[in-house]
Amino acid sequence: MITVDLAQKTVRELNQSLHTENNIETHREWRVENTKGGHNIAVGLDADIKVDIHGHAGYFCAGMNKTAKITVHGNAGQGVAENMMSGVVRVKGDASQAAGATAHGGLLVIEGNAGARCGISMKGVDIVVKGDVGHMSCFMGQSGSLVVCGDAGEALGDSLYEVHIYVKGKVKSLGADCIKKDMRDEHVKELQALLDSAGIEEDVTAFTRYGSARELYTFKVDNASAY
Amino acid sequence: MSQENNENLRESATFDRTTMAEIRRAADTGIYDIRGFGAKRKLPHFDDLLFLGASVSRYPLEGYRETCNTRVTLGSRFAKKPIIIDTPVTIAGMSFGALSANAKEALGRGATIAGTSTTTGDGGMTPEERGQSSKLVYQYLPSRYGMNPDDLRKADAIEIVLGQGAKPGGGGMLLGQKITDRVAQMRNLPKGIDQRSACRHPDWTGPDDLAIKIQEIREITDWQVPIYIKVGATRTYYDVKLAVKAGADVIVVDGMQGGTAATQEVFIEHVGIPTLAAIPQAVQALQEMGMHRKVQLIVSGGIRNGADVAKCMALGADAVAIGTAALVALGCNDPKWDDDFKKIGSAAGFYDDYQEGKDPAGISTQDPDLMKRLDPVAAGNRLANYLRVLTLEAQTLARACGKNDLRNLEPEDLVALTVESAAMARVPLAGTNWVPGQGF
Ligand SMILES: Cc1cc2nc3c(=O)[nH]c(=O)nc-3n(C[C@H](O)[C@H](O)[C@H](O)COP(=O)(O)O)c2cc1C
Repeated sequence: MITVDLAQKTVRELNQSLHTENNIETHREWRVENTKGGHNIAVGLDADIKVDIHGHAGYFCAGMNKTAKITVHGNAGQGVAENMMSGVVRVKGDASQAAGATAHGGLLVIEGNAGARCGISMKGVDIVVKGDVGHMSCFMGQSGSLVVCGDAGEALGDSLYEVHIYVKGKVKSLGADCIKKDMRDEHVKELQALLDSAGIEEDVTAFTRYGSARELYTFKVDNASAY
Repeated sequence: MSQENNENLRESATFDRTTMAEIRRAADTGIYDIRGFGAKRKLPHFDDLLFLGASVSRYPLEGYRETCNTRVTLGSRFAKKPIIIDTPVTIAGMSFGALSANAKEALGRGATIAGTSTTTGDGGMTPEERGQSSKLVYQYLPSRYGMNPDDLRKADAIEIVLGQGAKPGGGGMLLGQKITDRVAQMRNLPKGIDQRSACRHPDWTGPDDLAIKIQEIREITDWQVPIYIKVGATRTYYDVKLAVKAGADVIVVDGMQGGTAATQEVFIEHVGIPTLAAIPQAVQALQEMGMHRKVQLIVSGGIRNGADVAKCMALGADAVAIGTAALVALGCNDPKWDDDFKKIGSAAGFYDDYQEGKDPAGISTQDPDLMKRLDPVAAGNRLANYLRVLTLEAQTLARACGKNDLRNLEPEDLVALTVESAAMARVPLAGTNWVPGQGF
């Protein structure tokens, strides 16, 4: 276990070490302390390593992550795991706006609540939120899955492409082109697998699925008000 | 008697034929017009400026014997590896998707021969493009299509796009005809849909967030490569100040004449300020911050010849970027395809429906048969030739003004032909000492 104390070292030094000292025999497990809400902690990782961040993290923590397993033992600021490609990012507390924005793959688990625009423009990532998500979540979501065990704010899934959205609680309102859909067997299985990999126990039958009505996929005069 | 020859017929200046045709088009379809290319209206532009060649008060340099440097370093503020270009004419970001793979490859080849950089676009980096471009700038756009850390680290510079001159405040469009399997796969979209790119970045808003975003990208790339910020020209003075404060190495300002692959016509013609008006604003912002020449300024939007390049440099730019002109050099709108242009209701020299994907020249298309019409090697050589001419022409003008480096050109070398251009460029009206807006 390598410990990096951010009271002693800069985020630059931390990230440089995480990028270069990634011999997984000797540097498999990292512990980061005294984060004090610093920005850009553990961004751009590309190794099968485990990073435990103790304290709150600022903007873009775990941004563009590949392969690594990163856990924030605290809250995470805006854009946590933005554009993640693979690996697992887990936030023990709450996450601010735009969690998992544009992420292409991997798993993002938020054990608390997520703010507005969770999963905005997501491109293949799976996001599981134990609490609630804020307004405009999954705006322009392209692919992947968003699971919300609590409630969702206004305009969920606005201008959605092909993301599968599952919500257990209430949805304040659906965004343009987002509709309620049937839970078929394949969706029950998919949801169960997502919850299992996130390590969250929930009754899958209590969830509702939402997806794209695909009405805005081509420009049509009838949809002019939605452009 | 044809209408044209009937002197009793008077065309309205307000409701001219183009205007009426647009009213009919709107009435027919019920949806705004989408097209490519840049603003087509007449605007104050570089043709409204002239150089004062040297004579008695200043002496010129010998055309063939005395050197005139054209090499420029971009991104020396923070990047460990700045980009060095042999000519200050770079190739602007144009997306794979809007352009064919062959066109992108040709741009890379031409730029590489000329020793300059080329730029990716909305839709990500293709291997053809990376392979053929010795210096490749990777765009970081609101859509983040194809964005990934591996390509980010393969880039020689990263350009965060906040806006484009053709549509400041708007996102890109790519209509279904061009969303082929490959384009769909790169963008992670369903095939054949009409796609609108986001106009705002999804994970940050405002200048303070931008500073953190720049820092994130630097962290991911270990502070190796320059980070550019591209803005469409509107409130250029303030935008440049904020971008410099946020930590940019290079600022790209794209004027309203700048080309686009597909945007609403109303956007192209009615939003933004002319390139000419934007440059002095950007330079003033940099100078006030003590950052002129430290943070480099790249200007684009309607640059066509070496005179335009030299005029941009004289107004204080460090380099320029070209889009439309580079496509024309490759063969866009070439009269040799006139019959085919006519078949699709256009004509060589007028074609701007890039969004339809039917470009007879094989450039703004994803149709495999049309694409084959563009030989990337031959087209790349044409672009390299054109870039050489731009460089030679700019050097010719700089030497005439007695400058041994293009960047030694200065506003004092310029005069304006019109009151408008004098006011915008902040140089005197020819034959006078009068700079409108700066007293008598
Ligand atoms: C076909 C085409 C595609 C373009 N795609 C992009 C793009 O993906 N991203 C971007 O920032 N600008 C894009 N642009 C704008 C250019 O980068 C550049 O700003 C503009 O073309 C400069 O003006 P000019 O065409 O008059 O030289 C595109 C322009 C054209 C003509």
